[in-house]
Amino acid sequence: MSNLDAKIPEGPIAEKWTNHKNNINLVNPANKRLIDVIIIGTGLAGGSAAASLAEMGYNVKAFAFQDSPRRAHSIAAQGGINASKNYQNDGDSDYRLFYDTVKGGDYRSREANVYRLAEVSGNIIDQCVAQGVPFARDYGGLLDNRSFGGVLVSRTFYARGQTGQQLLLGAYSALSRQIGKGKVKMYNRHEMLDVVIVDGKARGIIARNLITGEIQRHSAHAVVIASGGYGNVFFLSTNAMGSNATAAWKAHKRGAYFANPCFTQIHPTCIPVSGDHQSKLTLMSESLRNDGRIWVPLKLEDAKAIQQGNLKPTDIAEENRDYFLERRYPAFGNLVPRDVASRAAKERCDAGHGVNATGEAVYLDFMDAFIRYGKEQAHVKGLDGEDKDLVIKLGKAVIEEKYGNLFQMYEKIIDENPYETPMMIYPAVHYTMGGIWVDYNLMTTVPGLYVLGEANFSDHGANRLGASALMQGLADGYFVLPYTIGDFLADDIRTGTIPIDSPEFDEAEKKVKDSIATFLTNDGDNSVDHYHKLLGKIMWDKVGMARNDKHLKESIVEIKALREEFHKGVFVPGKDEGMNTELEKALRVSDFFELAELFAMDALKRTESCGGHYREESVTPEGEALRDDENFAYVSAWEYKGEPSESVLHKEELKFEFIELKQRSYK
Amino acid sequence: MNLTLKIWRQNGPKDKGRMETYPISDVSPDMSFLEMLDVLNESLVAKREEPVAFDHDCREGICGTCSLHINGEAHGPDRAITTCQLHMRKFKEGETIYIEPWRAKAFPVIKDLIVDREAFERIQQAGGFVSVNTSGNTQDANNLPIPKVDADLAFDAAACIGCGACVATCKNASAMLFVSAKVSQFALLPQGKVEAKERVLNMVHQMDLEGFGSCTNTGACEVECPKEISLDNIARLNREYLCATLSSE
Ligand SMILES: Cc1cc2nc3c(=O)[nH]c(=O)nc-3n(C[C@H](O)[C@H](O)[C@H](O)COP(=O)(O)OP(=O)(O)OC[C@H]3O[C@@H](n4cnc5c(N)ncnc54)[C@H](O)[C@@H]3O)c2cc1C
Ligand code: SF4
Ligand code: FES
Repeated sequence: MSNLDAKIPEGPIAEKWTNHKNNINLVNPANKRLIDVIIIGTGLAGGSAAASLAEMGYNVKAFAFQDSPRRAHSIAAQGGINASKNYQNDGDSDYRLFYDTVKGGDYRSREANVYRLAEVSGNIIDQCVAQGVPFARDYGGLLDNRSFGGVLVSRTFYARGQTGQQLLLGAYSALSRQIGKGKVKMYNRHEMLDVVIVDGKARGIIARNLITGEIQRHSAHAVVIASGGYGNVFFLSTNAMGSNATAAWKAHKRGAYFANPCFTQIHPTCIPVSGDHQSKLTLMSESLRNDGRIWVPLKLEDAKAIQQGNLKPTDIAEENRDYFLERRYPAFGNLVPRDVASRAAKERCDAGHGVNATGEAVYLDFMDAFIRYGKEQAHVKGLDGEDKDLVIKLGKAVIEEKYGNLFQMYEKIIDENPYETPMMIYPAVHYTMGGIWVDYNLMTTVPGLYVLGEANFSDHGANRLGASALMQGLADGYFVLPYTIGDFLADDIRTGTIPIDSPEFDEAEKKVKDSIATFLTNDGDNSVDHYHKLLGKIMWDKVGMARNDKHLKESIVEIKALREEFHKGVFVPGKDEGMNTELEKALRVSDFFELAELFAMDALKRTESCGGHYREESVTPEGEALRDDENFAYVSAWEYKGEPSESVLHKEELKFEFIELKQRSYK
Repeated sequence: MNLTLKIWRQNGPKDKGRMETYPISDVSPDMSFLEMLDVLNESLVAKREEPVAFDHDCREGICGTCSLHINGEAHGPDRAITTCQLHMRKFKEGETIYIEPWRAKAFPVIKDLIVDREAFERIQQAGGFVSVNTSGNTQDANNLPIPKVDADLAFDAAACIGCGACVATCKNASAMLFVSAKVSQFALLPQGKVEAKERVLNMVHQMDLEGFGSCTNTGACEVECPKEISLDNIARLNREYLCATLSSE
């Protein structure tokens, strides 16, 4: 059916990784000194990989567009990281984490990869604690856990609402140690603009120094891309302003297949859009769904009155509230997976029950949690548990300890106190499950080119469960790549330094310089953001939370036309020398345009619904996503052929040997 | 809202730089400060001028990239937030707003409002870590119970986002709050004990080499720190430093 070999090791699922590690080639420590590795991106995935490879003895060159590895977007992750430690004794195990992740991904991920992820998850926590990551602890001094959507156990480790920050600072400290030792050469404020392929292998990159504008050539024996996700193709998302697809897209254009580009996660709990000036959307961590209850007014007239500002949420009596997740999904309630929660919120808002001025918001209410925790505290402290004000006060203190920074963030943006009135939330683009296709070794279809973290497609299928991206990023970087890359590099111990004066480097550099020159001499009138916003609107309206044949076909035409307008009409001020932030944006947005087209093509091709990909043509009578395993139990892997529209689809068939394929149910 | 912006423009590290005036109208109070600058930049590009360069990324107060001195205050008039979390509702109709980069010898200007903070990187590289390799064979995480109070205090220190507001706000341009936050995080945890002495000596030594000023306990840094890093950390650093110098003599 395809030429894709995922290189999944033989044997029972629980033994595959161990067997594989025992059988692959290694590079002896003395020889590692002769080998150079380039890493693009120093977030959780790239940072942990750079530190680990350098510790092992390789010469690492690492690149990031921010001014420090500590500022990669991993820093913004709030809620937590999963691991199958079973510290809560609630029946967790590697198998259960594996099962939950495959099911949560709506059976569109590769079993062997997911099992390995579960298997190394415990080591991640051990490693982070050894580095001094200050995870939350209980009064006995042991690590605390919380629950996340789509699971029935408590396996999420956290550091208040700043887990990504603390994990990234851990990886950053390990990386800093290697930079200090001279084993990693760190290139901050450098952007990779192309991969260089020599004799069929990835042997270097072209990068732009964002301060001086200098175009540089860097060579290595292997190139690792860990550049994060491409959610900003929608313009508005929870990603950072600089998050981009360029590194991954350039790799794709040089031969790496792009997998499942249409698999995007729309996160249910984000702060709603407030106006045209909006530059990004802010996430309110999923962990809040542990304690908050989601509702909208049951009566349409109440919703209207709220939208017009004539009623307050606290005016609505209990019996007039519709806790729609608890109603529709009694088993999982507010903790259903993200795709399910987002669609349910959209359904209520589309039906007119939404709550802020735009009608595109639902409430996330903490009153019950205040009372529940307050009563507990009153009991522990021997205070009057019937005194409602006291109970609420005690309860608020508990919530503040758990989520204080999120409540503060909300208040600063919305200018309302979420301790006094429920939060308003709405779904927003958050994460991209799709990404560069990689085999079990995390190698792409280009030999020597590896992709880690959110930039690859590997573990989350059609929907990622909460707290699993941090786990995947660190698993890839600390525990998987350091082994698997050796298998490739073992052949390179006698190669010597890769020269940078080859025709391949000449060609790649020329291409980059030409595209920069084209932008700077373009005689257009509109800013880059102007086009990026228009692209985002097409994506959100026609390739967003609910997709159909008609809209997808239209979107492909519109994206293509807008791309042409962009290249004709964009104005990029300034020069190629020195810092030029508009030029940086133009280069990124031009890649988003190409990716967007492939994205819509992929969504059109997959006529089933699965996970975050919801085709209105494929739903159950109750309105839930309906998979079509007969025709779509595959990974779509697109090969570039000169234009996105010419891309060729390859299919990696997904075999489920250890988990039975079932229609997902969270009822 | 209608406002007048006075913004520092500087073409590159060697340019002398100057304040420029830009009137701006139709600012919504719900905009963030950086969204207001986006609007200004859109209008500059429309006039075929170069937009104002400023540093930013996450726009939610956690990456530490944004770095503006607004009306003489690091991260502007609100407390416990970064520039990207500041909203225009904090300003009055008709107000004149002065926007400048961080000013410190150790943070040279790259362009307009963007400064070079690599000095922080080198301090971190000098000792801001626990020397443990990734092996997958470290002991089980729960074999090392840590009292909740210590873990919480370590977390409070570890919340530093490395923005540099403490330096920008200090009349001596001292980096003590930043350095003390990292030293404290590890000083409070058992994992950090083994290398405690070298860590504090090396980090302080690097800080001095970078040309940051010395700390005279004015406490301005704590007031402007977006993450409310406490001065207690500086006291802890001083204790650690004293112990380390005494025992190494
Ligand atoms: C607001 C938010 C909250 C989240 N919360 C959670 C959570 O609680 N739990 C969870 O598991 N997941 C969470 N996620 C998802 C998770 O944080 C990310 O998927 C993950 O951190 C991505 O890590 P990464 O290392 O792959 O990429 P990133 O951290 O995005 O790093 C990308 C790196 O690549 C560099 N880069 C990119 N392009 C280039 C280029 N062309 N040249 C040079 N360098 C480049 C950047 O400089 C950066 O260093 C959250 C995500 C968001 C947005
Ligand atoms: S101590 Fe505060 S002000 Fe200084 S760098 Fe850290 S977060 Fe910024
Ligand atoms: S942009 Fe990240 S903290 Fe302000």
